[in-house]
Amino acid sequence: MSRDEIYAKVRIVLMDALSVDEQDVTPQATLREDLGAESIDFLDIVFRLEKEFGIKIPRGELFPENLVNDPQYVQAGRVTPAGLAELKKRMPHSDFSLLEGDPQVNNVQSLFTVDAIVNYIAGKVA
Amino acid sequence: MRWLWIDKFVEFVPGQRAVATKNVSLAEEHLHDLYPDFPIVPHSLVIEGFAQTAGILVGQTRQFAEKVILAKISRATFHRLARPGDTLSFHAEIRQVSEQGATCGGMVQVGDQPLADIELMFSHVDQNMAGVRFPAHNFVFDGAMLQLVQSRCSVDIPLTPTKPA
Repeated sequence: MSRDEIYAKVRIVLMDALSVDEQDVTPQATLREDLGAESIDFLDIVFRLEKEFGIKIPRGELFPENLVNDPQYVQAGRVTPAGLAELKKRMPHSDFSLLEGDPQVNNVQSLFTVDAIVNYIAGKVA
Repeated sequence: MRWLWIDKFVEFVPGQRAVATKNVSLAEEHLHDLYPDFPIVPHSLVIEGFAQTAGILVGQTRQFAEKVILAKISRATFHRLARPGDTLSFHAEIRQVSEQGATCGGMVQVGDQPLADIELMFSHVDQNMAGVRFPAHNFVFDGAMLQLVQSRCSVDIPLTPTKPA
């Protein structure tokens, strides 16, 4: 399956799960801020991706959980070097350029983009 | 009083599907709330009956240890109204189940007539991704509730864990 085919399917999954318009689902769109995803939507997205691509997504593999609540990884509202290293290890499918430049914890959301999902799926179905 | 929106299970295949029924009576107050002199079951309560059928089916796969909460109505398409005198049958199937939740789909019928097609997503709320903590007591499947459900079954609902099909 080509990357374009994966992207097209991921867009449909996100449009259905989040009730957003096609033009809103761009590669750089973040799930929470741009597409309005709430925490329960992440489980919905996982179920829909599993069904659409016929894959199994282990818990925490696509969307790591509770990492920002760990004081080892986040202190004073900023992601620590250890936290950044852990996030990179767990989310090789994400773009870290914004978070590395400004490790505010709010910028962790920049890791959860449409493109990150496409990268993850491409790795799974390759 | 426990708020149950189904009267009886007539089929229960662990980890796969269940069918429950509800008789709609003119004596139910909510039927008169939407339209004067035109009693109907609100669509939301038809969905609730389906969700209870599916939620118990999902709960059984984890021996009712998880708190199974309706998280999303993914789709609900209605073909007719539910009216006094109707016997609704909720046909629910498990589509996906994981540590964190489940998806279910199926239909609601009156006799052999389709009333609605419904798809739902459930969360095992203690496994939520946001890390929110809930009371330890299982407020969804308590002993009294399970006893009541089992007393209204023409089939056994096993209390042992079952892997989904």
